[in-house]
Amino acid sequence: MDYPATHGSHAGHDHAHDLPFWRKYIFSVDHKVIGIQYAITGLLFLLFGFSLMMIMRYQLAYPGQPIPFIGNWFGADKAPGGIMLPEFYNQLGAMHGTIMVFLGVVPLAVGGFGNFVMPLQIGAPDMAFPKLNMMSYWVYFLGGVVMLASFFVPGGAAQSGWTSYPPLSVIAPDGQTAWLFGMIFLITSSLLGSINFIVTIVQLRAKGLSYMRLPFFVWAQFVTSFLLLLAFPPLEAAGVLQLMDRLAGTSFFLPSGLVVSNAVLTSMTGVADPTTRAGGGNPLLWQHLFWFLAHPEVYVLILPAMGIVSEIIANNTRKPLWGYRAMVYSVVFLGFMSFVVWAHHMFMTGMGTAMSAFFQTTTMIISIPSVVILTALLLSLWGASIRFTTPMLFALAFLPMFGIGGLTGLPLGLAPTDIHLHDTYYVIGHFHYVVAPGTIFALFAGVYYWFPKATGRMMNETLGKIHFWGSIICINLVFMPMFIQGLGGMNRRMYDGGMQFVHNADLLYWHVVIGWAAWGLGLFQLPFIVNFFSSIKWGALVDKNPWDATTLEWATPSPPGHGNFVTEPIVYRGPYEYSVPGSARDFTPQFEPERA
Amino acid sequence: MNIPYTVEARPDTGLPNGKLGIWLFLASEVMLFGALFSSYILLRVGAAEWPSGELSVPLGTINTIILIGSSVTMVMAWASLKLNNWGRHRLYLGLTFLLALVFLVNKYFEYAEHLHLGEGPNHSTFLAIYFTLTGLHGLHILGGMVVMAYFLGPGAKMWKTEPEQFTNRIEYTGLYWHFVDLVWIFLFPVLYLL
Repeated sequence: MDYPATHGSHAGHDHAHDLPFWRKYIFSVDHKVIGIQYAITGLLFLLFGFSLMMIMRYQLAYPGQPIPFIGNWFGADKAPGGIMLPEFYNQLGAMHGTIMVFLGVVPLAVGGFGNFVMPLQIGAPDMAFPKLNMMSYWVYFLGGVVMLASFFVPGGAAQSGWTSYPPLSVIAPDGQTAWLFGMIFLITSSLLGSINFIVTIVQLRAKGLSYMRLPFFVWAQFVTSFLLLLAFPPLEAAGVLQLMDRLAGTSFFLPSGLVVSNAVLTSMTGVADPTTRAGGGNPLLWQHLFWFLAHPEVYVLILPAMGIVSEIIANNTRKPLWGYRAMVYSVVFLGFMSFVVWAHHMFMTGMGTAMSAFFQTTTMIISIPSVVILTALLLSLWGASIRFTTPMLFALAFLPMFGIGGLTGLPLGLAPTDIHLHDTYYVIGHFHYVVAPGTIFALFAGVYYWFPKATGRMMNETLGKIHFWGSIICINLVFMPMFIQGLGGMNRRMYDGGMQFVHNADLLYWHVVIGWAAWGLGLFQLPFIVNFFSSIKWGALVDKNPWDATTLEWATPSPPGHGNFVTEPIVYRGPYEYSVPGSARDFTPQFEPERA
Repeated sequence: MNIPYTVEARPDTGLPNGKLGIWLFLASEVMLFGALFSSYILLRVGAAEWPSGELSVPLGTINTIILIGSSVTMVMAWASLKLNNWGRHRLYLGLTFLLALVFLVNKYFEYAEHLHLGEGPNHSTFLAIYFTLTGLHGLHILGGMVVMAYFLGPGAKMWKTEPEQFTNRIEYTGLYWHFVDLVWIFLFPVLYLL
């Protein structure tokens, strides 16, 4: 291996300090720069996706009222007189989901944290394929541009839910076509990234770093990459089929004799021979292909978060993780199981009892590894010497929040109870608990934890604590009432908040509560944004290992230079050797030969 | 900065990075074409009637032989490099490219025949899945040809500077090409014969 301190000639490769600005910071092939690019872009998209929801929340709290201050920005085709049209509500809803999942959370969790931290934690100088890594980021960026641009297409953005079910999505305006092309870019980016991650983890581990000495974060990213690699292609295929239906007049998803607005659907408008569509297609085909990806996708959303929380808990309890081996087996088993549960999203499509029994069973089985991981993390707190730093507060909060999210998933995974709860606000409450106070809290924790490694400076603790306490209170006020609304029978995706249905009357008030709580949640992100940028300039300076941690990334300078490690890293022990009896210090890093 | 195992194999896996990378890519491609084949099955099983005899079996057979032949020449292109025979390598890689080109030309004639009769993908579910499956496969053939053109053209200088890495890259191209051939070997019976 070549290390900056030891190598001689380079076979035509530039030193980083010789590169012009645009190759060092814009089109960089360094995994740390790319990781930061992903992270900042992802955070910006999270903020944008959140703002879309804020606009929707006003409409839900006060249906039919003009949106204050910004209502006239949207134009007559979206909100004439500032009053939101149902079509615009649907666009905001579909794009909120798409942007949060595909442009926000995954790029931050996998592209951001995975890229920056994983090569450091395995002792690698960079990813296995640095140029491919750069391409992955820019293809993601392009996909994001296409998605944002789709708002300005005639007819507006995609408006058939993030799930894009046909036949509606096939006859929807042009924004849906933009969505499909955007998804193809994003899927390509994901595929290239996942290949890079797997090859890097398998091939570039440092000497002495066996699989069972890997930090759990790396295991989580490893399994996540397999999910992305194998689950995305069916959605890509489905996207191609839907594009064919929209642009080439095929009927992959359109049944025979489909009637739209009192007329039988024709082949293609503007074509010389608009005979009726061939038909013979199947809307359920889309659902199967979509959910075949989208179920593993939710594990893509949670696994990196579990990885981040694991690192922070081990570090801030000054103890090894409880049940590391069980956690590793669980996360691998979870990966396999995630491919055989998808139709629990389709219980209400008229499937027979044999099929629903199968998917209920696999869904119940998959909860076991999740619970093992959560329990192991909880047990890791027993007898611990807890340091309540900001990252640890977010990591600790993750545990009960993910617990609520997971438990509320049970009546959804069981078909009989799902009959009542499917497509209600209960579902929205469930998945937001897992992804918002779940994953996003873990991502915040990760930002506070690894910020000093990336910048050489600490974030401010006071601002961090304000961010934490404000967020945890408001986020529960946003999502807890949704379980009440859902159990009461309030359907999701209703632009008037369900006002037109008598059975919702007593539940409407909650929209106002949620709206105010959402505003509070938004306001409490300001301390985080201020903290993030001001700490880059004025945060307290730190050395290599400000958290007294044990994993390899803390062997490098803060921030690490090109090539990461000054001398070749060698691993001598497991990842969480904290509070070992007989040791002078309460931690022994993986990379130090002698125990102190 | 040097990334380890770019050219030489890592001892415990026995693989250089690129080889693992291409196999992973092929795994994702199996899922992609698998999804389309599954769609074919679902659509056909759900259809009241399904056309037969609409495609030219002789032309499909010729294309099958051409593609299998191109897989052979592809292996020979790699083997020539292992035997240090640059001239033979160029010959075989060029032949592979040409065979791929003939395949695509045949496909052009096939498509044109249907499209001239107004039988496009919107004509029936069978033609829809036929055009989509073979179209995506054709794009993969084209992609392979682009890569081969690169190694015949500007990429060829790597043989002088890094012969082992160049040989590895031709091997990975070969693996990809065999996969594309394998997809056709499923496509041909499913679409043309069954």
